[in-house]
Amino acid sequence: MKVSVFVSPKQGVLDPAGQATLGSLKSLGFDEVSDVRIGKYITMRLEGVDAEQAEARVQEMCERLLANPIIEDFKVEIEG
Amino acid sequence: MKFGVVVFPGSNCEMDCYHVIDKVLREEVDYVWHQETDVSRYDCLVLPGGFSYGDYLRCGAIARFSPVMEAVADYARGGGLVIGICNGFQILLEAGLLPGAMLRNTCLHFICRFVDLRVENASTPWTNAAEAGQVLRIPIAHNEGNYTVDAGTLRELQEQGRIILRYCAPDGTVSEESNPNGAMDNIAGICNEGFNVFGLMPHPERASEAVLGSTDGMVIWESVMAHYRGRG
Repeated sequence: MKVSVFVSPKQGVLDPAGQATLGSLKSLGFDEVSDVRIGKYITMRLEGVDAEQAEARVQEMCERLLANPIIEDFKVEIEG
Repeated sequence: MKFGVVVFPGSNCEMDCYHVIDKVLREEVDYVWHQETDVSRYDCLVLPGGFSYGDYLRCGAIARFSPVMEAVADYARGGGLVIGICNGFQILLEAGLLPGAMLRNTCLHFICRFVDLRVENASTPWTNAAEAGQVLRIPIAHNEGNYTVDAGTLRELQEQGRIILRYCAPDGTVSEESNPNGAMDNIAGICNEGFNVFGLMPHPERASEAVLGSTDGMVIWESVMAHYRGRG
């Protein structure tokens, strides 16, 4: 089972790398960009669990290790 | 007084801490490997700087699950003295032994230089040898020292005197200009509610001998030794 986890800076939390990239995009003429947030994209392969179990396990992985709830949000996608 | 310097894979300031405790403070000191599970024989634990576990995922995120960290957490909850320096501070944050988290420096690069720090609370185990308002000159060396915490907790830290060190100008003025990394409220060091756990980004072990350009870091070591001896 393939799992994708997207970790991103929480709204309201300063993202210095995103801000610098926003500035750079604007200097290249991409004036339509109004916000850039830079996070992490984590892929995992899980064995021996069904989709429902995987959902719960990955949720726990995110809460305990993969994301820091003080500064980050996460989103999980599970593919059959 | 017996110090334990906790060593994680990727720590790189443990020898500096060991050297200062052994040769400058002339106190007992051991390295404590990250696999150890008993830290009860120490009077103070030092979590040194470095790049534990390569700082993969987030600084300190993997180190906090080292076997030794469960023992460190028990030790801290029991009132034991724990100081986390730089990466050690980041590990204490990830472990929840101190509140908040670290973001990347606003300037987006690694900063390695002396900074001025104002002692905000001089009645803690870590600063009793200083005077409130005293300015210490101690180096920082980090990429993620931009401290952040929710507004409610920040207020608690302020009201309870748990902000111990703030980045300032040489004359002690705290301002945006004297903030090297964007840290909220210029925070350089904080304590837990019991004041037995102290995390700070500056490196007192790099400012404990005249040959290194500053001995201001000695205030921290002398304070914790005085605190220990005062308690008997």
